[in-house]
Amino acid sequence: MARKTTTGQRALITVAAWGIGLLISFPIIWTILTSFKTEATAIASPPVWFNFDWTLQNYIDVNTRSDYLRYFWNSVVIAVGSTLLGLAVAIPAAWSMAFQPTKNTKNVLMWMLSTKMMPAVGVLVPVYLGLRSMGLLDTRIALVTIMMLMNLPIIVWMLFTYFREIPGEILEAARMDGANLRNEIIYVLTPMAVPGIASTLLLNVILAWNEAFWTLNLTTTNAAPLTAFIASFSSPQGLFYAKLSAASTMAIAPILILGWFSQKQLVRGLTFGAVK
Amino acid sequence: MATQRAHKAARLMISPSVILLLAWMIIPLGTTIYFSFLRYNILTPPPSWTGVENYTYFLTDPAFIPALVNTLVLVLGVLIITTVGGILLALLLNMDFWGQGIVRILVISPFFVMPTVSALVWKNMFMHPVNGLFAHLFRAVGLQPVDFLSTMPLLSIIIMVAWAWLPFATLILLTALQSLDSEQMEAAEMDGAGWLSRFIYLTLPHLTRSITVVVLIQTIFLLAVFAEIYVTTAGGPGYASTNIPFFIYNLSLKQFDAGMGAAGGVIAVIIANIVAFFLMRAVGKNLEL
Amino acid sequence: MGNITLENVAKRFGEVEVIPPLDLNIEDGEFVVFVGPSGCGKSTLLRLIAGLEDVSGGRILIDGQDATEASPAKRGLAMVFQSYALYPHMSVRKNIAFPMKMAGMPEDEQKRRIDAAATALNLTDYLDRRPGQLSGGQRQRVAIGRAIVREPSAFLFDEPLSNLDAALRVGMRLEISELHNRLKTTMIYVTHDQVEAMTMADKIVVLQAGRIEQVGSPMELYRNPRNVFVAGFIGSPKMNLLTGPTAAEFGAETIGIRPEHIGVSTESGKWKGRIGVSEHLGSDTFFYVEGTGIADAITVRADGEIDLYHGDDIWLTPQEDKLHRFGKDGNRI
Repeated sequence: MARKTTTGQRALITVAAWGIGLLISFPIIWTILTSFKTEATAIASPPVWFNFDWTLQNYIDVNTRSDYLRYFWNSVVIAVGSTLLGLAVAIPAAWSMAFQPTKNTKNVLMWMLSTKMMPAVGVLVPVYLGLRSMGLLDTRIALVTIMMLMNLPIIVWMLFTYFREIPGEILEAARMDGANLRNEIIYVLTPMAVPGIASTLLLNVILAWNEAFWTLNLTTTNAAPLTAFIASFSSPQGLFYAKLSAASTMAIAPILILGWFSQKQLVRGLTFGAVK
Repeated sequence: MATQRAHKAARLMISPSVILLLAWMIIPLGTTIYFSFLRYNILTPPPSWTGVENYTYFLTDPAFIPALVNTLVLVLGVLIITTVGGILLALLLNMDFWGQGIVRILVISPFFVMPTVSALVWKNMFMHPVNGLFAHLFRAVGLQPVDFLSTMPLLSIIIMVAWAWLPFATLILLTALQSLDSEQMEAAEMDGAGWLSRFIYLTLPHLTRSITVVVLIQTIFLLAVFAEIYVTTAGGPGYASTNIPFFIYNLSLKQFDAGMGAAGGVIAVIIANIVAFFLMRAVGKNLEL
Repeated sequence: MGNITLENVAKRFGEVEVIPPLDLNIEDGEFVVFVGPSGCGKSTLLRLIAGLEDVSGGRILIDGQDATEASPAKRGLAMVFQSYALYPHMSVRKNIAFPMKMAGMPEDEQKRRIDAAATALNLTDYLDRRPGQLSGGQRQRVAIGRAIVREPSAFLFDEPLSNLDAALRVGMRLEISELHNRLKTTMIYVTHDQVEAMTMADKIVVLQAGRIEQVGSPMELYRNPRNVFVAGFIGSPKMNLLTGPTAAEFGAETIGIRPEHIGVSTESGKWKGRIGVSEHLGSDTFFYVEGTGIADAITVRADGEIDLYHGDDIWLTPQEDKLHRFGKDGNRI
């Protein structure tokens, strides 16, 4: 709207918006606060808000007692590895579909999207048994591969929508300027596509990081990422609120920060370009 | 538009993606269908042919109807909360106020919390009947604390899942709202349309497609809710919070009945495909090539 | 050298024939303008010459060499695109250097040519900026700079001025004409604007539905349009085209008379009418005369100082020696 709202109205809206924003994010804020409390203050009644003795002890405990770093590393390998692998496969496909569309391109894209619709639970049995017979249960390589296949349609789609925004005339100009396919890709396409590729990378790392069906079902200890690590708190040790909070905070913090940077891409990626 | 050579290169570049996805679709799905006709206990192989027996058992299992109903209630409940809440929140966030950027971050944050974390935080720190924040709250106003997860397990899970998906709906609807032509709004204002008429006749129609997309995409994910149930109620008490995915997981990896699990998998695929069909139409309509 | 010959060149998109087989010869050093309404195939024809589209039939010769199968890079042509197609991630300097870099030219030679082009095009102060920081006219000049540094055998321009505002368009038109006078390199220029065609071309190629309607110098086309289409397309304001008994009087299906070839009088003349709209430009005055009974409106040009306005009665007299007569098939008699 071109017109300014009055200061009074604006103040009112500000209060409402902040109130709702804090309410929605309250579980996260509360978790972070609790992670700095002692176990006793964490369950104090009535609850303690800010006036407690802040401690890092929970973080230290979680790290020393539970080999937290190994789970964290597994999460990194699975999320980043699967996304990079997916990009390597998807970039050429998206490139050719964006710049050399044929009458089948739309069908191929729609079909790729349809594979994403297959519920994971529908193929749980054969995937589980197949990996077991190959001795790949609870390995990172299995998780990386499956996560890559899960997210490949989204990666292709996102890249496709980004690539399509690169004007074809610029690539033709490069061709007229004497660039062969290789130079066209190195000097013109890649620099222009990097922002889109980065966004795709970001969103898919987030999705893979938070994936909790395959990671729960296909890992036990060796390849277990943070999703599985946190799930282990569902046993009575989850009642150690401060430690649960510290572990949770560490598990969500990196992705929360990445996520804040990817708001726009999130919309595009999760709606397959239908909403921009 | 270009030369023959480019076309050949194009096909070559698409192939890896197509082959991988084709394999990912056909091999496990084919195996699932094959398994679904076998009597196959993972602990006591070898499997033997049994026809449609698994399907009969699956569909007549005392857990099937509750699981199906729970799945639908879960999907519908979350959809209603997130869509209505998402529209209201998007309208609010689209207004002019101080600290828009920060409030936006606050609102979308839950989407980035991994399901196991959100489930455990809700279960222990909020819904726990003794130490949960809700219990404190209830006691503070003189009420008897409630054990949410055992007395209203499905509703509790709906709240957890809706909390995670509300930001998604809000973010998408907000994006759509921002693309609404402000001149159109001004024209309507000049034509004498009030706030409510502008919302009903301009804003809502403009949002229709985004709402469709939100509903369909969420449905795909909500049909597959698993981790929240896995770490909180484990489907209980009884079957009170068992949905189809959790039911199949239970059959396959807890009772080791691969045949019946596979039959359930086939049925889950069919259900998902019905939804997918509509989603594809909505997305496809928007894809102009 | 920059002699380009099209022999039987045709283009089909699937079943649709966009360009039926056509022949065209472009001499070295000529400024050729392809002009026609949108969708007439002029841009496609240019892209066929550039090698950005495959021909469906026929041959393209560049300097006598068959270039039909050659890749765009190998044809030695440079193109300026409608959207300028500058590389947004490169500075102006790097944009201009790109074709030379691709050709593997030594650095010092690249630098010399960039400086020369920048000086000629007034871009010296902008060499380190990105295209996004430039105005439309400056971007246009960068695109031209990128084209001239390779010293191509011919320049191809695809509606290069259509994204500029009116004032800039006139300025850039002059610059391109001056560039041609200076370089004497073959230029092929596509536009839908007949004013650009008339002002810039040595040779105009009028296209309609993929067919060449007429090829000739601007004044040839102006004086002797071969058919009704060319007559109506070339010249501004448009030629008056009259049919029916008025044309039959001259033994033709259609007659054409340009606005400047009609005499105006307040007392007597061949046709009587009333002024509908009058446009006083200072240098000229244009009247759109209604109620003559021979056409809905007749456009006439009169002296800039003439003192007639909307609603005034007026007599018109065509100069019969400047009359164009066309037969049933639309061709000139």
